[in-house]
Amino acid sequence: MSLTMYGVGLDYPDGERTVTALDDVSLRVAPGELLAVTGPSGSGKSSLLAVASGLVRPTRGSISVGDSDVTDMSGRELSGLRLTRIGIVFQQPNLVGSLTAAEQLQVTEHMRGRSARKARDRAVQLLATVGLAGKQHRRPHRLSGGERQRVNIARALMGSPEVLLVDEPTSALDQERGARIVELLREVTSHYGIATVLVTHDTRHLSHTDRTVSIVDGRLSEADPHHED
Amino acid sequence: MFVAIRDIRFAKGRFTLMGSVVVLITLLVVLLSGLTSGLADRSVSAVRELPATHLVFGGSGTEEPAKSFADSAVDRRQRAVWENREGVRRVTPLGITTTRMGTPDGGEAGVTVFGLPPGAPGAPERVADGTVVISRSLAEEQGLRTGDRLTTTTGDLTVRAVVPSEFHSHTPVVWTTLGTWHEMRAQRDGVQPAPLATVLMVDAGSGTDLAAADSAANTLSATVADSLEAVGSFSSENGSLLMMRVLLYAISALVIGAFLTVWTIQRSGDVAVLKALGGSTGYLLRDALVQSLIVLLAGAGLGGAIGVALGSAAGSVVPFELTVRTTLVPVLVMVALGMVGAALAVRRITSVEPLTALEAGR
Repeated sequence: MSLTMYGVGLDYPDGERTVTALDDVSLRVAPGELLAVTGPSGSGKSSLLAVASGLVRPTRGSISVGDSDVTDMSGRELSGLRLTRIGIVFQQPNLVGSLTAAEQLQVTEHMRGRSARKARDRAVQLLATVGLAGKQHRRPHRLSGGERQRVNIARALMGSPEVLLVDEPTSALDQERGARIVELLREVTSHYGIATVLVTHDTRHLSHTDRTVSIVDGRLSEADPHHED
Repeated sequence: MFVAIRDIRFAKGRFTLMGSVVVLITLLVVLLSGLTSGLADRSVSAVRELPATHLVFGGSGTEEPAKSFADSAVDRRQRAVWENREGVRRVTPLGITTTRMGTPDGGEAGVTVFGLPPGAPGAPERVADGTVVISRSLAEEQGLRTGDRLTTTTGDLTVRAVVPSEFHSHTPVVWTTLGTWHEMRAQRDGVQPAPLATVLMVDAGSGTDLAAADSAANTLSATVADSLEAVGSFSSENGSLLMMRVLLYAISALVIGAFLTVWTIQRSGDVAVLKALGGSTGYLLRDALVQSLIVLLAGAGLGGAIGVALGSAAGSVVPFELTVRTTLVPVLVMVALGMVGAALAVRRITSVEPLTALEAGR
């Protein structure tokens, strides 16, 4: 299933004026495709993710996941959408301190109303997929920054999402670990046939992506990643 | 309750602290409840068991009637007025006097003498002039047996029987005849003749015009339950202990609410992440409330169990009553009020914005 945004705009009030965070954004990400969205701070990258994930409603335009138009879905429906069809990889790992690596994944199954215990095998398998075999019992404080980010990715994959939205996953990592994370995203995108949007201002690892677009002042344009600063 | 249980395991120190507060407050409430009930029993159990719908109080001499066993006195005219009222099925005079009696071993015991006509409702079967029927607690404390003689200011009284304990104003009750009570009361007051009785026990139908009877007889009638406050110090004693219990309940709800408010604020980041991942507000609220329920049930259960153990051990020294009302009820009230505090605290989960999970500086 693909992610399609058509003519999406997002305005928000800032004092007496209105700021346009997204301006007529249209894009389509196909299953198995890894799209990078680059741009400087404040360009609208996070707004794009917030709108695509249903955390913020667009002011204009439409958004579809597969054949489902999600633009006018209720808050409850959007929560359900994130739970079953959209995976989010946060910029910070945002792991729950009291849960082990495996439980970070199991809790999402529990929220789906399924048995967390039965999901344990899949959680352990996914952790192995992202390179964390044998570390399922570790809580966040016993994992390195890169390992926490891998748990973050595995958690987003737990619900077998059709769309994966990834927010600056390498911002807190050194070059080597950052490269491994983007390679991992490349692998899971292809392996699971997910439509992945990778938002980043770090252009060092874009060789692993299928396509790159840049965003400036809320407007998208096709970009050549190898010529980005 | 997936996260709830793991949070408790992970933050053992904080939840142990919170649970300990619940344990201590529940322990105090259970001990106070048992003590309140025990003290109330020592104060009013004899009056509470009187076989009447109402008690009628009179005034001493020409004074206005007062609802007080210490000050009340009724005469024959008042009894006659009540007996002739429509709807009144039975009127029994009851004399009540607190005094001291000498025991065979030379000691003394404070008792309350209940004087009733032989064969009247409420009078022990074997009561007769010159004899007393005593409460078991008095018999056990003083080592008294049937046939022993108790010394009073008007002469000796023979113990005729020992019956289950009843108390009035923290003294064990002994029963005798109204005639014997008259002698003791006249001797004590130095007034001859003594009043007919302290109060009248009235068995009245529901349609009886009690106010008219009171007006005609210059008396003050009250139901048996309302008459308990006529026992000296009962109301203030009971009220003080009840106030302490109410304050403890209020403190527990506030403490639990405050703890969970801080806890909810601390974990609002986790809540935002779980919401962003698709967790519903209902799911997260249920999880938080289950967490509170676990802490409350464990804390209140343990506190209640310790309270029961301590109460049982102290029962021989202080008047502690162990019943469902004094143990299980306080535990359940603690849990219920704690959950009210928890509900008020965790409701802020509804306002946590999942969008904050996308912010870098979380």
